[in-house]
Amino acid sequence: MKSRYTYLYGLKKGLPIALGYLSVSFGFGITAVGQGLSGIEAILISLTNLTSAGQVAGVSIIAAGGSIIEMILTQLIINIRYCLMGLALTQKLDKSFTTIHRLITSFGITDEVFAVGASEKEHIGTKYMYGLITLPFIGWSLGTALGAFAGEILPASVCSALGIAIYSMFVAIIIPPSKTNRGVLFCVLISALMSCMFYYVPLFKGLSGGFAVIICAVTSSVIMALLKPVREEEEELNE
Amino acid sequence: MNKEFFMYLLAMALVTYLVRMIPFTLMRKKIKSVFIKSFLYYVPYAVLSAMTFPYIFYSTGDVITSSVGCAVAFILAYINRPLIEVAIASCVVAFVSGLIF
Repeated sequence: MKSRYTYLYGLKKGLPIALGYLSVSFGFGITAVGQGLSGIEAILISLTNLTSAGQVAGVSIIAAGGSIIEMILTQLIINIRYCLMGLALTQKLDKSFTTIHRLITSFGITDEVFAVGASEKEHIGTKYMYGLITLPFIGWSLGTALGAFAGEILPASVCSALGIAIYSMFVAIIIPPSKTNRGVLFCVLISALMSCMFYYVPLFKGLSGGFAVIICAVTSSVIMALLKPVREEEEELNE
Repeated sequence: MNKEFFMYLLAMALVTYLVRMIPFTLMRKKIKSVFIKSFLYYVPYAVLSAMTFPYIFYSTGDVITSSVGCAVAFILAYINRPLIEVAIASCVVAFVSGLIF
């Protein structure tokens, strides 16, 4: 049976991610240059890191002249969620994922790429994964370049409206399964409530965004895994 | 560009890549535990939810246009429209509502 998970299908799934990244990385480009980095440096960071929270934290460490150890620890803490995501994603991979493809595509695992890939109904192949990563990578780098070199190239009103794209896409991923699956619905609600608590309650203000996300996600997923374990037929993948 | 920047860049890029690469490359087995499987099944939705709320309401820099865009996203997602359509429609509506409000 020919898989519908082609390179083109992956590209299509990656387009909204890329649009969202374009606006987020545009902001990153502006921030980085504002903190004293050159445009080329900002672009190099985006090309080699492909992550939002880690890069923003990294730039502030560079600007403050922090130590390499501080940089390593900060990146480790903020990005440790990718460990969990990478692990979860391995359960969705088909046999086309040999070591070399894993080494290459793991570079492109972002929160959004993971979420889209992991929410596919069937096993995914390398072609789909390369497709999924392509546009977000281009969008992320291009947005950084635009932000770093031409803050005025787009009207501010257009830039700010683009800011919602990525979140709307998240909504479009979590709502449909929440309608039909009570477990997903409660998991999403618990996680959202906790996230709002971390955001609004002054006591938690010091907690970094990366940490907050991991605490919300782990807590709500553990609760639902205990209360509503996924039945075999629900998560059974088409081999 | 100086050597100092290069060291920072190397540290950032290397740590970020390694946390992604190591589990993704080494894990070859199918997980048997129902608990862990269930946990991993819920994680993506939980991550997205935590990243979306409450940030979506501030995503355009204005609570009103963000909320209007968010409402559109909710409605279109509820009727199972494709991701790209939901994303673009909410941007357009947020942009247009910015012109009105």
